[in-house]
Amino acid sequence: MLPRYAPLSDNVRLYEVGFNEIVEFFYGLAEAADRLREEGLWFSYGPERLPEVIEVPKTGTLRVKLGFPVYQKGGVVMDVTNVEQAQIAEDAGAVAVMVLDKLPYDVRKAGGVARMADVKVIEEVMNSITIPVMAKVRIGHYYEALILEQIGVDMIDESEVLTPVDEKHHINKWLFKVPFVNGARNLGEALRRIAEGAAMIRTKGEAGTGNVAEAVRHMKIIMGELWSLRGLPGEERLRKAREMGVPVELVDLTARLGRLPVVNFAAGGIATPADAALMMWLGADGIFVGSGIFKSRDPPERAAAIVLAASLWDDPESVAEAQRMISEQKSMMGIDIRKLKPEELLQVRGAEA
Amino acid sequence: MKIGVLGLQGGVYEHVYMLRRAFQELGWQGEAVVVKKPQHLHGLDGIIVPGGESTTIGIVARRIGLLEPLRDAVKEGLPAFGTCAGAVMLAAKARDRVVGEKSQPLIGAMSIEVIRNYFGRQRESFEVDLEVEGVEGRFRGVFIRSPAIVKAEGDAKIISWLKSGDSLVGVAAIQGPHLATSFHPELTGDTRIHKLWLQNIKR
Repeated sequence: MLPRYAPLSDNVRLYEVGFNEIVEFFYGLAEAADRLREEGLWFSYGPERLPEVIEVPKTGTLRVKLGFPVYQKGGVVMDVTNVEQAQIAEDAGAVAVMVLDKLPYDVRKAGGVARMADVKVIEEVMNSITIPVMAKVRIGHYYEALILEQIGVDMIDESEVLTPVDEKHHINKWLFKVPFVNGARNLGEALRRIAEGAAMIRTKGEAGTGNVAEAVRHMKIIMGELWSLRGLPGEERLRKAREMGVPVELVDLTARLGRLPVVNFAAGGIATPADAALMMWLGADGIFVGSGIFKSRDPPERAAAIVLAASLWDDPESVAEAQRMISEQKSMMGIDIRKLKPEELLQVRGAEA
Repeated sequence: MKIGVLGLQGGVYEHVYMLRRAFQELGWQGEAVVVKKPQHLHGLDGIIVPGGESTTIGIVARRIGLLEPLRDAVKEGLPAFGTCAGAVMLAAKARDRVVGEKSQPLIGAMSIEVIRNYFGRQRESFEVDLEVEGVEGRFRGVFIRSPAIVKAEGDAKIISWLKSGDSLVGVAAIQGPHLATSFHPELTGDTRIHKLWLQNIKR
């Protein structure tokens, strides 16, 4: 077994601070905002506070939004474009499916504007499987998100794989009852998305390439930044917070935890069980697979194998068994990222905001 | 006391954290370990089956040969505590609210019947204060795409009820050393339910 990847502290998976304290932290941050709201001043970035006693079930609270991704950990979310693929994903042991109009590889080939998937297809998938259903919206597109919330999608991915409608702003995710996941390439992007209300982060990687190199790069950058944050004195953390454009309290919390305060998955180019296990070893809480499964020539076997490798990444015997379940000749061909033109990179979308 | 947390998928470390706190508060010598392989079952005084996707946990457990030994151990008396998907895994029978019955691998140690996703999808996930038999005062129930316990037979007994629409459904059940909750005590800062189970199974 490989030793723990160097920058990982014990807290990457096991917290010295519990889930409850993280929820309380966000409520604490919102307290000032609540007071402002009571005074009639408009402030909408933060959770709505709860009464002491909840008599009637209260939906869409911060705790259930941050809690949802906790139950995806150690699992694989698979991109699908129809009911048949969704069924294969569920049978293979996926923890959720992500419904798209086209797989990222095909988005890349098709060009043009990539938008959210057909509502009818998403609804068909929701009615045919028991696991959660996620779907993607364009960065900044409040109304695609509103529609997905309306039809009852379980999680929304504000995704750079689709064509952004706003280069400067992401959606204010505090306004929704449904949790959001966002992509990030570094700690600053991740914390900005969390400050906007994201309940989960994933690496961006370079979607639709079948090449895990960019996901590795992004995960190592985030882990490295988390590591270096721990040793920083208060004034340096304040400077870092300004640099990243997030509240210093969030930087302090992150430094204390030694990990992102929300669930953190790996995404972008994962195509084999070995890729999935590698990302878990680097500190991912779970895996998104996009084109890797349904652009291969052995989707059911590959899906099951990636599920096994993500769950038992720390057991070499199981990872080898998982890799045995697939054939490299059936892997998607993949794209060399160095051959992509700068304007063909998906990961830079929304990075400025 | 050595308690295992089934670690294949889901909210595993949240339970490890709660167990450590519960041991501390009870002043007991206790150890919480993550169980991923059959050999990890050795020497356990109890096992927690966490929340996650019950289909995923069942499929992976079966594939690596953990499901059978786990099922045998629990049926032979290894105390189990299941939350949400864990409650589904412990149930004798499970079906989905929308999709209906689908075959999925279960542990099936409790004579209870559950309906998965009973309260709806994530949008309908909620918090509410509950009364739980054996726990004084109210307990914050965190329900995330949670199942409901619609039937308890034999010596299984529902210990917490919730009004949902016009009907009253079970959200926690106990049967001998086994405990199942639809909700997630591990997402609160409140260890009382973990302590209830630990005290119940202490020899």
